[in-house]
Order: sequence, then C-alpha cells, then structure tokens
Amino acid sequence: MVLLRHTPTEVKERKALMINPAKTCQPIGAMYASLGIHGCLPHSHGSQGCCAYHRSALTRHYKEPVSAATSSFTEGASVFGGQANLLQAIDNIMSVYDPEVIAVHTTCLSETIGDDLNQIRDKAIKTGKLPEGKTFVGAPTPSYVGSHVTGFSNMVKAMAMLAEPTGKKNGKVNVIPGWVEPSDMGEIKRLAAMVGVDITLFPDTDGVLNAPLTGEYKMFPDGGVTVKELKGCGDAIGTLALGEWCSADAARWLDSKCKVPCTVLDMPFGLAATDRFVDVLRTVAGVSVPETVAFERGQLVDMISDMHQYFYGKRVALWGDPDQLISMVEFLISLDMQPVYVVTGTPGKKFEKRIQELCEGQPFEVKVKAKGDMFLMHQWIKNEPVDLLIGNTYGKYISRDEDIPLLRWGFPILDRQGHQYFPTVGYKGGLRLLEMILGLLLDRKDRDDPETQFELVL
Amino acid sequence: MAKTKKVVQLMPTDIKEELLAKYPPKVARKRAKQIMINEATESEAPSEILANVRTIPGIITMRGCTYAGCKGVIMGPTRDIVNITHGPIGCGFYSWLTRRNQTDPGPDGDNYMPYCFSTDMQDQDIIFGGEKKLAAAIEEAYELFHPKGICVFATCPVGLIGDDIHAVCKKMKAKFGDCNVFAFSCEGYKGVSQSAGHHIANNQVFSHLVGENETPPEGEYKINLLGEYNIGGDGFEIDRILKKCGITNVSTFSGNSSYEQFASAQHADLDCVMCHRSINYVADMLETKYGIPWIKVNFIGAESTAKSLRKIGEYFADKKLIDRIEAVIAEEMPDVEAARAEVLPNTEGKTAMLFVGGSRAHHYQDLFSEMGMKTLSAGYEFAHRDDYEGRHVIPDLKVDADSRNIEEIEVEADPELYNPRKTPDEIKALEDAGYKFKHYAGLNEQMDKGTIVIDDLNQYEAEKLVELLKPDVFCAGIKEKYSIQKTGVPMKQLHSYDSGGPYAGFKGAINFYHEIDRLVSSKVWSYMKAPWQESPELTGTFVWE
Repeated sequence: MVLLRHTPTEVKERKALMINPAKTCQPIGAMYASLGIHGCLPHSHGSQGCCAYHRSALTRHYKEPVSAATSSFTEGASVFGGQANLLQAIDNIMSVYDPEVIAVHTTCLSETIGDDLNQIRDKAIKTGKLPEGKTFVGAPTPSYVGSHVTGFSNMVKAMAMLAEPTGKKNGKVNVIPGWVEPSDMGEIKRLAAMVGVDITLFPDTDGVLNAPLTGEYKMFPDGGVTVKELKGCGDAIGTLALGEWCSADAARWLDSKCKVPCTVLDMPFGLAATDRFVDVLRTVAGVSVPETVAFERGQLVDMISDMHQYFYGKRVALWGDPDQLISMVEFLISLDMQPVYVVTGTPGKKFEKRIQELCEGQPFEVKVKAKGDMFLMHQWIKNEPVDLLIGNTYGKYISRDEDIPLLRWGFPILDRQGHQYFPTVGYKGGLRLLEMILGLLLDRKDRDDPETQFELVL
Repeated sequence: MAKTKKVVQLMPTDIKEELLAKYPPKVARKRAKQIMINEATESEAPSEILANVRTIPGIITMRGCTYAGCKGVIMGPTRDIVNITHGPIGCGFYSWLTRRNQTDPGPDGDNYMPYCFSTDMQDQDIIFGGEKKLAAAIEEAYELFHPKGICVFATCPVGLIGDDIHAVCKKMKAKFGDCNVFAFSCEGYKGVSQSAGHHIANNQVFSHLVGENETPPEGEYKINLLGEYNIGGDGFEIDRILKKCGITNVSTFSGNSSYEQFASAQHADLDCVMCHRSINYVADMLETKYGIPWIKVNFIGAESTAKSLRKIGEYFADKKLIDRIEAVIAEEMPDVEAARAEVLPNTEGKTAMLFVGGSRAHHYQDLFSEMGMKTLSAGYEFAHRDDYEGRHVIPDLKVDADSRNIEEIEVEADPELYNPRKTPDEIKALEDAGYKFKHYAGLNEQMDKGTIVIDDLNQYEAEKLVELLKPDVFCAGIKEKYSIQKTGVPMKQLHSYDSGGPYAGFKGAINFYHEIDRLVSSKVWSYMKAPWQESPELTGTFVWE
C-alpha cells in the first residue's frame, strides 16, 4: 500500500495549485508568539474557526493547554466591521479571565474588510472596556501574505513596540529567539546566563508551553516575558535577532526608533551558528566567555569527530521554516552531510540565495525552493532518493512510502514528544540533534545490513 | 488512587449560579438560557434550552466554523474526490488529516485523503479576485490526477471578495466532461458553528452526487449509514457487523466513503442515522425524493448496537435476517460481557462529563452506563434544540438571521425514481407496534433528573464544572484536553479519540471499556504532589550516623 500513491515522478510546473504545503498561515504564528508574554490571552479577530484551528494545531504540537479568545464574527460583523465584536470581547475577557495583556491578531477576514486594530484599541481605552493598567498588543496578520513565520514576526514586532525608552541604558541585551521550541528558549537563557549576560528574551514560551502537571490549571502560567521587561527593551544596550524571517523586523524597529543597535544572526542551531551567537553576545555585552561554554562546545566537536563516518556523504531532504533551515543546512554541511533538497513554503527571495551560497563548492548540487511544497519535494525524492528526511510530522507519509528515516524537527510535530523539553539550539542542542540523526541512520543500518555484516560495535 | 470527593452535595441550581457568577449581566442572561437543569422525565414537560445561537465574542468557545464542518467533517473522510480549499493556506492546512478519519481504498483504489490541496491565495488574488487562480488550480488537479470528482471549498475572504466558485466549477465540469466538479459556499463566518457547514455540505452532495449511479448494488437488505465518519475505524467495525448479519451498506455518509457510494445512495431501502445533527437533512431528502424511510440508530455501546441491529431486522421483517442478527449478537456478546466484567470493579460508580459534538455526548452515555458510570453533565458544541429536546420541537424552532443564511434546498419526489419502500399500511402496522420512524428523542431524555445540560460550553465553565463536581473522566476535544488534565482529571477526546478506536459496535465497546478503565485507574493522577509538598513544614531532620 502506498499512501501518496498519486504523486507522479515527473515534475510539472504548477502555477495555481498548492499541494501539501510546507507552511501555514500568519495568525497561528502570532498566537504562539503571544503565549510568550506573561499573563497574556491571545485573541483572534475574525470568525471563530481560525481560533479553533490555531488552538488545536498548537495544542497538538505542544501537548499543553492553549487558551485564546476570538471575536466570533458572523455574517453581520463581516459586513458591518468587527469593532463591536472586539469591544464586546475585550469587555468579556476582562470580566471572566482578567489577563494582564490581550494580544490581538487579525485574520484574513478582518483584514479583508479593513478593520483597524489601533482605532479599535483607542476606542476600547476611551470607553473603559480596556481597564487602566492592562496592555493591548495588536498585530496585523493577513493570512494571504507570507506564512505562519510572518505572523510570528509581526507579533514579535508588536511586542517590541511596547518599548518605552527612558534614555538611560539598563545594561541588558535583548534576544529575540524566533519561532523555536519552549525548550530552545530555555536553553538560550541558560547559555546567556553561562556567558554572564543579562538578557530580555522575547517572546519566551519556556514555562508556558512546557508547564508541569500539578493538579492545578493555570490559565496564565508562570513563564513569559513581562510587559515591564518589554517596556524596558528600549533601554537595552543591544538586540540580537535570531533569524531574519522571525526576528529581524522587531530588532530593526528597536534600532531605528529606540536607538538600540541590533545584529541579525542565524538561529543558533549547530556548531557555527551557535559560535556566532555566543561571540556576538559576549561582544555586545563586553564580557569574556567562560571555560564552561567552551567545554560544552568541545563535547559537540568530539561527537562529530567520533561519528563522522556515519554522517559523511549522507543525502538529506529538508523542509520547514527559512530561519531554521538555513542553520540546519549549514550544520549538515559541517558534518559533511549533503542537504540536497531544501523547501520552505514561506516566501522570500533571500532564502534560495542563502542556501545556494551555503552549498557553494560542496560536492553536491542543491535543489532549493522558497514558496515550494512537499509534493514537489517528494517528486524530487522519487527521481533521486535521499538517506534522511528532516522536517515536520507531515513528512511521515513520504518516509513510509519511500522507506526513508524521518527526523521530526520543526513545526508541527503531532506524533512525537520531546521537542518541548529537550532543546536543539546551542551546543547541547547540537548534541541532541546528532544523537537523533545517528539513531535514525544506525537503526536503519542495523535493519538493512545482511546477517554477515550485522555488527555489535558501531 | 485516593481521590477526595466533595463531601457537600451541591444543588444543581447552585452550580448554575456559580457558573454564571463571573459574567457581565448581558452575557449571564444569555448563558442562563443555555445552561439547563435537566428535569425531563416522561411525565413532566421538558425545559427548553437555547441552542444554535451565536457564540459570545471573547468567551473561549469549543466551537469551530462552517468551513470546518463542511470540508473537515463531511467531505474530509471521502477518499476519491480531490478536495480543493479556495483561500489562503491556513484553512486547507489545518483540515489536513487532523480528524483521524480512516479509509480503505484497497491496493489500487484512489485515495486523496493524505493530500492537502489549496489555491494558497495571495494578496493580489484578494485584490483582483481569485476566480482565475481557482480555475487554473482545478485544471492542474485534473491534469495531475484525473479524479472522478473535484470539490471546492470557500473560505472567509472568498465570500467577501465575491468569487463565483459555483460558476467556475460548472465551467470546468463542462470542459472536462468526465469529472464532476462542484463547490461549497462554506465561508467560516456563515452560521454560528460547524453545524452550518454540515448542512451546506449535505445539500451539495445531495444535489450534485446522489443518484448519479443508476446500477443498483447487489444485496438483499440494503441500507445507508448516515452520520458515521469512521474516526479511529468505527465505520470498519460497523461494516464488519452489518456484513456478518447479511446487511448491505450501500453508502456511508461519509466515513470510508467513495464517490460511487454517494452516487448509489438512492438504491438503499432504509437509512440509518447515527449523528442526527450533522445529517438529518440528508435522511429527510432521501425520503422525500426516493421514498427511503429513515430511523435513528446508535452503534456506540454494545447494547445500543444490538438494539440498532434488531431495529433494522424489524424493519425488513424477514425471519431469515432476524435470526441471523440474533445469532450475530449471541456470538459477539460473550466477549463484550467478559470485558465488561473485567472493568466493572474499576469503573462502577464513577462519573463522567461529556461535551462533544452534536450527537456524541448522547451516544457515549450508553457506553458509560454499560460500565456503571453516571453522566453528571453533558452538552453539545454545535447542536440545535432538537438534538437536546427531540425532533418534536422542530416545527417550533425559530429561524434566525444566521440560519437563514444557509440555503434550504427544496426536494420533491423524483418522477421516475420515487419508490416508497413500504406501503402506508405496512408503515402503520410497524408504528402501531411501537416502531419509530424519523424519531430522535434527544439528549435530555437520556440523562438523569437534576443533571446539567449545557450548550456551547466554554473553557471557563468547563474548569468550574470540574472543580465543583470532580468527575472521574471528562470528554471533549483536543483544545480542552490539557487544561482539564492539568487539574488532575483524565480527559478523553471524543471527536478524534486521541489515539484509540474503534469504539463503535461490539469490538469497539470492548476497546472503550479498556480505555476508560485505563484512564480512571491510571496511577499518574496520584502523582500530582511531591512527598515534600504533602507536608511542607519541616519538623525534624535525619541524623546521619
């Protein structure tokens, strides 16, 4: 039985039909980012189905409660505008849930009818629906532009816009981690603390979307960046934006409006990207990197050298978010693996160029496509197979049909756990990535080797 | 597993008051009509409940939208139709394989369910209109796959910008000649819940598909199974039992379904309705147009399954069939009884809450009662009043503006194909003997007096109910799962079953008994506090020797 039995080997260009997307829509990214604010209730301004879908998808990925409200548009609101619905929603939200922050994002519906969040916010303040001391964050996230990554970026920028610079530097460094796992955000905080730098991490879903089971449900868990910290990010000595697609907008805004100089880096997946992160972090903060960091780095290098024979020359197909893929492609090349097919659904011309640059001079040719889909990637694989797939859960159909191991990495992962708890950023995260890749490749080898070559020691 | 129960017995009226306490007055007034203390007994007039009304903005609802009901629920489980979502990418992405609908296309059969098709509308499509892109996408799908059918689903912005999806589909259908192309105006903002989407889907399937296949299928006793979606393989188990009984299932709407099944539905002699909410329209239309009577069945629960089979047997009134049904029940029940006996010591006397779907909160109570478990509170996400109070209230239902948006199609007896399956005398004889056609008593009747029935439950009320009544298991959907479990109460998904299933039929009942036993007996719920948290005051220290 073949699951994707209708996928032909012959590749024909498609202009209109997207099949098996490697992206989803803006609002879910905004919802995820909002959950990284302490005491925040995300709110979806549109019809209730969007909110239901986004909550379901995030819940399935994080296996955690994801609370979010909706303006519940019906036909009337779609014709007359959604202001009345949002004002009523704010009133109800404050009475029933009493969050510190409401983070509102739009949908394709409210964007198409032209609802203006700033104007509605002002009205909410004027009419007393939004009580004093409560914070409103608003981000436009039309689903017909960009992808979930764009929505994440837009909400992060809205968070940065809460900055209230006092003119006095506070000695902290802003770190914008981009769309990574709660565990990754925790690891970035740990790494910064090891280096000895006081950071404001936003958003920060660590402790929110990997919360413990205690017998008590907290709608607003202890984690998340506070509004106070966000207000202070205009006084930081610098901003490190990890990922051009996810984080750069917010960082550049802080740079131009609050005079907080920013550096846009790759997400710290793998050896070199983590090196650059640590190096820039210590430079911005003016500190020396302690030996403990170099020790962890050395462990990662050690594992690469120990197991290089299994990585060498292995062909990989990967799909997902641009910021994550760029760092992963760089990491795979550093292992002498061959990332031959790279697809993101998120648009952006820079992506294809960057991947081509990273692969320049390598002993393989890379096929890369932004605005691509998994159907196309599968067709490439059918034409010339790979040894490993790296991407989200939706790859399991290709994995089974083509009998290629799949490393679940990215969003969404619906059928495995671990990503919430174990980071893949930094040196420690690099070790985990290697462990997972090796596990897949060696399980495969153990399965396929003939009896005569089945070996105990590998 | 020592779980402390509330010693004080709360009155249902107190609970209702508690649920409403935090709302602004206007919201409280509306919710008060949607929260009903069940007093429906045979001698008393049942109370009325407010249902199928708009969700309150800002109140965290369990509901989804019209698109979800149409594309996700009804058309999602049908395998050999290419379903194209016309809109930005999100809606198509989220309805991609997320309902655990299983299907069996056979080794060579067509199956597009693992694929997600979308026009991925961009801003220029919103500005200049998306009809051209849609036509091109349909053409590309046809060129790539040559399917029997292509269906198109409208998302919110499509309705706003006014793309005429039906005209595009009509044009493409004429162009291809050998592929049925039609569309659904199921924009998410229509109606108040996914229920509107079921209605829209059914109307179109009925108009464009049912009746297309003129060749009657083989079989002595032919039925259609309506409102069964093959979540976790439920449909497979029901089909196994029907086959064993010698009953032919012409078409399932729409679990494990195919184009040909829908196209042949008019050949059945009886329609059996599982999920009344999602599909009662189709049952009515099949009766009006083709003369096929319908009955409500329930294959959730072993007793219910036996009852439903006997009801089918009684309808066909053929001794051969009735004997065979009895033989099948006799053969299947010992295993069920054995499993029941095994779990009863763990489940008897325990309590459940069910807030799910538009029929499941009703069906699953049978399974729970087979395990000796009582349902403390239940309700639907997207039901109408008739799902709570029974079909007799249908003539009294007020049609509001939101329902008026949903097209009602007029169906008449087909001049050639209308064929009453029973004579009026036969029908009357059956009814006189207590047989009920077109009957659904609703959820309220099933529940004990004093239990609480809540329409469109929200997160806040769910949390309160659990806090006040401490059920042993709570049933709802994925969005509710982890907030309930954080309180230390196991949560069973009854939309997608988490990982389990089937739960229908005899084997399904056995699966469900074991699943609930696992949930209420799991040790994990006793781990909520660390030893040092149970007595946090430090009163002494060890002396290390």
